[in-house]
Amino acid sequence: MARAPAMSDSPAIEFVRVQYRTSGNRVLLSDFNLAVRQGEVLMLLGPSGSGKTTSLKLINRLLIPSDGRISVDGRSLEEWDVIQLRRHIGYAIQEGGLFPHYTVQQNVALVPQLEKWPAEKIRGRVREVLTMVGLAPEEFSGRYPHQLSGGQRQRVGLARALAADPPILLMDEPFGALDPITRSELQKEFHELQQRLSKTVVFVTHDVSEALLLGTRIALMDAGSLRGVYAPREFLATNDPAARPYVDAFRAMQQVFQS
Amino acid sequence: MLRLIFDFRNEFIVKHKSEVLTLVAEHLWLVGVSMALAIAIGVPLGIFLTRRPAWKGLVLGTNSLVQTIPALALFGLLLPLPWLGARADRLAIFALTLYALLPIIQNTYVGIIEVDPPVREAATAMGLTRRQLLWKVELPLASNVILAGIRVATVATVGLATIAAAIGAGGLGEFIFRGLAMVDNHVILAGAIPAAVMALSAYGLLSLLQRVVSPARR
Repeated sequence: MARAPAMSDSPAIEFVRVQYRTSGNRVLLSDFNLAVRQGEVLMLLGPSGSGKTTSLKLINRLLIPSDGRISVDGRSLEEWDVIQLRRHIGYAIQEGGLFPHYTVQQNVALVPQLEKWPAEKIRGRVREVLTMVGLAPEEFSGRYPHQLSGGQRQRVGLARALAADPPILLMDEPFGALDPITRSELQKEFHELQQRLSKTVVFVTHDVSEALLLGTRIALMDAGSLRGVYAPREFLATNDPAARPYVDAFRAMQQVFQS
Repeated sequence: MLRLIFDFRNEFIVKHKSEVLTLVAEHLWLVGVSMALAIAIGVPLGIFLTRRPAWKGLVLGTNSLVQTIPALALFGLLLPLPWLGARADRLAIFALTLYALLPIIQNTYVGIIEVDPPVREAATAMGLTRRQLLWKVELPLASNVILAGIRVATVATVGLATIAAAIGAGGLGEFIFRGLAMVDNHVILAGAIPAAVMALSAYGLLSLLQRVVSPARR
C-alpha cells in the first residue's frame, strides 16, 4: 500500500471545473476538480450514480464535458486527436468487453496492429502481456472469449489494455463481476504488476477494501460531486459523512477477521 | 401429384432439355443481378440507418409499402415507365430488387444495432476509427444476421422471379404460364421443379456460407 510512485510535477490528468449534463439536462457531474498524478493509482470510490464512470469516460472522450476543461499530459483534450488520445490510454471494463469473434491473441494484438507495429514485435508483445497477467500464451492465445472463465476474460481484458504500453490506464470496476476468491487474486496480481509498471491508473470501484488495497489515493464521490481526495490512511480517519458508511463497513470487516 | 413429380424426367423436361437449360440460365440471371443490386444497395443503406436512426421510419416504411404491392401489379404498373419499361428483363430486375431490399436493410440494421454495447464501447475506447469499428467489429459480428436476411431475400426472389415471365422477361415462369394456358401439369412442373431446386440450393449454399463466415461463438 505504501509506495512512492515516480511522480513529476505536472499532473497526468487534470479536471478543472468540469460539469457533465445529459442531453435530458440531468447533471451527472458538477464542479469537478481533480489532478491525477503521474504513476499513481487513483481510486474513484462512491455509490452507483455518483459520477465515477462518467468522470472516467470523460478522460478518453467517450463523453464530452458540458463545461470546464480536461487535460491529459498537459494538453487540453480539444488539442488531442481523439484516436491518438485513446490509443495513449488503456481501457479495461467489467467482463472485459472482449471481441467475441476474435481469439485471445487477436483481441490483445488489435491496438498494436492498428498502430502498425511489425508482426514479429506484435507476437512477442502479446506473449509478454499474456504472461504478465498470468495466462500461459501457448494455452490461451488461440481461445475465443466464450471458452474462458470470467477471471480469465478479465485477465485478457487487462492484457489488451496493456498491449500497446499506454502510460495511462482507465479501469471501470474491472473485477466487479468476479467471485470473491478470483477477485482478491486478481487484485493482488494487479497490485504487484502496477509496482513494476508504474502506470497512471484511474480505477472506478464501489468496494472500499479494493480502494484501500490498490489506491495511492482515494477520490470519494457522491451525487455527482467530489467530496475529497485522501490517502488510504487519511480516508479511514476522515469525518466526512459521505465516507462514514465505507469506513464503518471496513472496520466491521476488520473486526470479523480479528475475532 | 407425387407420381407426376417423380415422373418428370421421362416426360417434358427430357424432351425440352435445351429450352429448360435456357430458362434456368435466364432465371439465374434475373435472380443473380437482382440480388447483387439488392445487396449493394441494402447493406450500405442498413449501415446508414444505424448512423442516422431518424431515417429509419421513412426507409423501412417505404420498403414495407413496396412489399404490400402484389408482384404482378407492380410489374404492370412499371411497364409504361420510359427507360424501365423499354426492356422486360430490366423492369423485372428493378422490381425484384425492390422486393429483396427490405429483409437485407432490416437485417443489416438489426445485426449492427444488436452488437453488445460494452463491445462497441471497448472498441471505441481502444481508438478504433468509425470505419475500423464497422469493418473489424460491427460487420463481422452482424454477418450472421445479415446473411440470414440475404438468404430469405434470395429464396423469395427465386420464387417471385417466375412471375417475371408474365411481362416477357423470361425465366422458369415461362413454363408455368404456358402450362397454365395449356392446362398441362407436366409443363407447369417443368418450371416449378427447377425453381424449387434452385431455391433450396440457394438456401443450402447461403446457410453453408453463414457457417463459414461466422466463426466459433456462443
